[in-house]
Amino acid sequence: MANVTFRSITKQFGAFTAVNDVSFEIADGEFVCLLGPSGCGKTTTLRMIAGLEQPTSGRILIGAADVTEAKPKERDIGMVFQDYALFPHMTIADNIAYPLKVRGVGQAERRRRAAEVAKNLSIDQLLDRRPGQISGGQQQRTSVARAVVHKPKVYLFDEPLSNLDAKLRLEARSFLKHLQRELGVTSLYVTHDQAEAMAMADRVAVMDRGEIVQFGPPLEVYRQPATTFVANFLGSPPMNLLSVRYAGGAFASSTFELDASPFAGRLRDVRDGSELTLGIRPEHVRMGGEGDRWRIPGEVYAVEPLGPESLVTLRVAGALVTARLFGDDPPTATGAASFAFDPAHLHVFGQDGRRLAAR
Amino acid sequence: MRVVKHVLGRVAFYVVAAVFAAVFALPLLWLVFAPFGSRATLSVALPDPFTLSNFGRVFANTFAVRALFQNSIIQAVGTMILVTLLATLAAYALSRAPIRGRDVLSYGLVLFSSIVTGTAAMVPIFLLIFNLGLIDTHMGVILVFTGGLLPAAIFIMRDFVDSIPRSYEESALVAGASPWGMFRDIALPIVRPGMMVVGVWTFVNVWGGFLVPFILLRSPTKMPAAVAIYSFYTEGGTPIITLTTAYALLYTLPVLALYLFVNWKYGFRFFGGIKS
Amino acid sequence: MHQRRTILPLRTGLLFLGPAALFIGAFILLPFFWIAGVSFTNRTLTGATAANPQFVGLQNYLKLFDLSTFMNPGQFGSSLVITGQFVFWSAIVGQAVLGLLLAWFFYRRSGWVKESVQTLAIVAWIIPDVVVAFAWNAFLDYDGGTLNWLFGLVGLHKVDWLLAMPLLSIVLFNAWRGAAFSMLLFSSALGSIPPSYLETADVAGAGPWQRLKDIILPLIRTHIVTDLILITLWTFNTFGPFLLTGGGPAFKTEVVSVLTYRMAFKYFDFGTGSALGMVMMLINLGFALVYLGLLRRQGSSR
Repeated sequence: MANVTFRSITKQFGAFTAVNDVSFEIADGEFVCLLGPSGCGKTTTLRMIAGLEQPTSGRILIGAADVTEAKPKERDIGMVFQDYALFPHMTIADNIAYPLKVRGVGQAERRRRAAEVAKNLSIDQLLDRRPGQISGGQQQRTSVARAVVHKPKVYLFDEPLSNLDAKLRLEARSFLKHLQRELGVTSLYVTHDQAEAMAMADRVAVMDRGEIVQFGPPLEVYRQPATTFVANFLGSPPMNLLSVRYAGGAFASSTFELDASPFAGRLRDVRDGSELTLGIRPEHVRMGGEGDRWRIPGEVYAVEPLGPESLVTLRVAGALVTARLFGDDPPTATGAASFAFDPAHLHVFGQDGRRLAAR
Repeated sequence: MRVVKHVLGRVAFYVVAAVFAAVFALPLLWLVFAPFGSRATLSVALPDPFTLSNFGRVFANTFAVRALFQNSIIQAVGTMILVTLLATLAAYALSRAPIRGRDVLSYGLVLFSSIVTGTAAMVPIFLLIFNLGLIDTHMGVILVFTGGLLPAAIFIMRDFVDSIPRSYEESALVAGASPWGMFRDIALPIVRPGMMVVGVWTFVNVWGGFLVPFILLRSPTKMPAAVAIYSFYTEGGTPIITLTTAYALLYTLPVLALYLFVNWKYGFRFFGGIKS
Repeated sequence: MHQRRTILPLRTGLLFLGPAALFIGAFILLPFFWIAGVSFTNRTLTGATAANPQFVGLQNYLKLFDLSTFMNPGQFGSSLVITGQFVFWSAIVGQAVLGLLLAWFFYRRSGWVKESVQTLAIVAWIIPDVVVAFAWNAFLDYDGGTLNWLFGLVGLHKVDWLLAMPLLSIVLFNAWRGAAFSMLLFSSALGSIPPSYLETADVAGAGPWQRLKDIILPLIRTHIVTDLILITLWTFNTFGPFLLTGGGPAFKTEVVSVLTYRMAFKYFDFGTGSALGMVMMLINLGFALVYLGLLRRQGSSR
């Protein structure tokens, strides 16, 4: 059991900076998801904790120990790889017991502990098979078993669900979350799937171009995205973003104007004539009518009925805006239409893409 | 109409395939029949009467037997062990260690080894082996073959090592293995098919190699089969065809057997494949 | 990952590389420089010049390029012309074209016919040199040879191949022997083309010839260049013709590798042999550079 500390970690590959001056702390027993698009530096961050990459500068601590220069084997971690990396020439039992073998645990004891872990993960009937003879879901569980068998201080997960098909992925997701809660081991989980991060993590760290742009509980990150990048990355479909100009106490675009007075507090430091971005989540948008004060007009672009809900997309001032409408019957709108919303759900981002917070 | 066209297409396919087959089979046909005949002739004919006596006479010739079952094997197996071992280590390093210019190095060495080869290279190599005092020794032949075959062997082996996901070794390291333990427990077992292929490839090359032993060896007792095969002559100086072909067949069999083995075990796919 | 992950530390890597590097250095790099040195001396195997070879400057090279005898049979110039014809016809035309035809003919087919024909080609490629040479000696024999027997069947006159058409004989011999390499390389290149490309061409209405010309050949261009590099170098250096004809009759099949052998290991004139070897290696190097240039041009035009 231990916490993990990153102090000003930078990692460069030649001229390319993969991770740029990143600092954070994962508390003992906490489950943190590193979320970001491919190439954002999340996997590099994970691999530096594992000891598979050396940071260019900064320190890494596991518990009280500085492990920045330590070899992987001195760090006492368990890691699940994206492709599972099960050794093809060993049985499932030998695969699971490999961390015990390199620690000099005897044959009988290895077998016993591997069987025990396998039973916990419901793969005990596979112990004598080889990786090539079992299903993807079973391989995934085997690689989890191998990561936990030696009771490491920290678990690392590198997109462990991305090779599973959609149905199995949901199953494995709740299974992994359950397991982590049960074992209570500090965990770092890398993924590019925002739903996975939301569903599993105690806290989510969103990474973009080598930096952590927001770090907080999933719902906080979802409800108060710190930047347009985070707003756009979380949620499916993502938050609608509209470019507007702030002038004369109103948000103006080529086809609509919205009263900005409810946001006066946030806009205190914004100069007249600034370009801003408005954000609104699809679930907070509804079809508008004449009576709506907060209304944006547009042209119907597509209507997608999904069963319990429908997605309606309008073309508004050159951008696409999507509404998630709940109810049994999809709307039948064509041609000109408008969306309405409650200003309490509107997010305002400054010229630099950062959220303008209420003061 | 479509049926006719289909049938004509099939017929054309079989005719062309048969021509290809004949082109490659005909020059070898004589070699398949001649060893079993009692009369020496250069024409293809079913052996009549069929006899195995030529093989008996080959086995009675101690010089020929020693060349095939001792000298050829010493040289081919010796080179095979050396090349497989060194190529595996080198290819692994080129694939997994941060060595600058490793791609240019692998490809460049294969090209360079195709340039410094044959009779041109035998002049300085002969002088080198002569100065080392290794003329007329198995060791000299083994060393020269090893040097010449290594670049291509490394190239083939790298193809294998590169195709192995690095996460195997990484997960072993994270599980707590030392670099050496990781190499022994994980990397070596996984690249074993590659080692088999490189080993077989090396064996076949040395087994069939003529120029190197022809130039580096002097005494008849050390000649491999490739050179010894020229020894079945009558006192008048004409080759004894029945014996020579029987010997050639025996000499070829291991190569065919190894090909069939590799083909059966791994499929004879193209391992970035080079044959010199 | 855009960067390749390191598993072995650099020092361990160099340790692993060391033994192989030693061999390659001793038997490939060192000979290259050694031969340059010897080619400026009058070194022989025995006699006074064996122990104490003297520096003779460019004399060995001047002898090779002596224009008054350059094109005489058994001299360097004539040998070079023979080698050029041998390489062009047997490797570039024979092996590469035959290999491409075989690969193309069996492309997207499977079954015992393909297996058998390809196996026959591979057998021709893997069995030892001396065995192939014996087989071809019989195959081309005037009286009983299989080829003349076939000629008889279709009503053609017998040909005394090895005496009347020695160069054609070694060209056929080498093309037959090495076609499998090109076939395998081209088969694997063809196999790497996504079937959807050809299906798209089919749907667009392209015939087999247009498919080959517009889709397949452009996609396997790098493989073609790689194939040509290797088979050119191998054919240039092969000692195979010696086993079939010994260089004769009257030096008509004495390619440069056989001439070098005669100078260095029959006459034991290492000076001349080295000069010949040096020129051969430089020609090889030239070939390799030209082809590499072609590869690079292709790479940058993509």
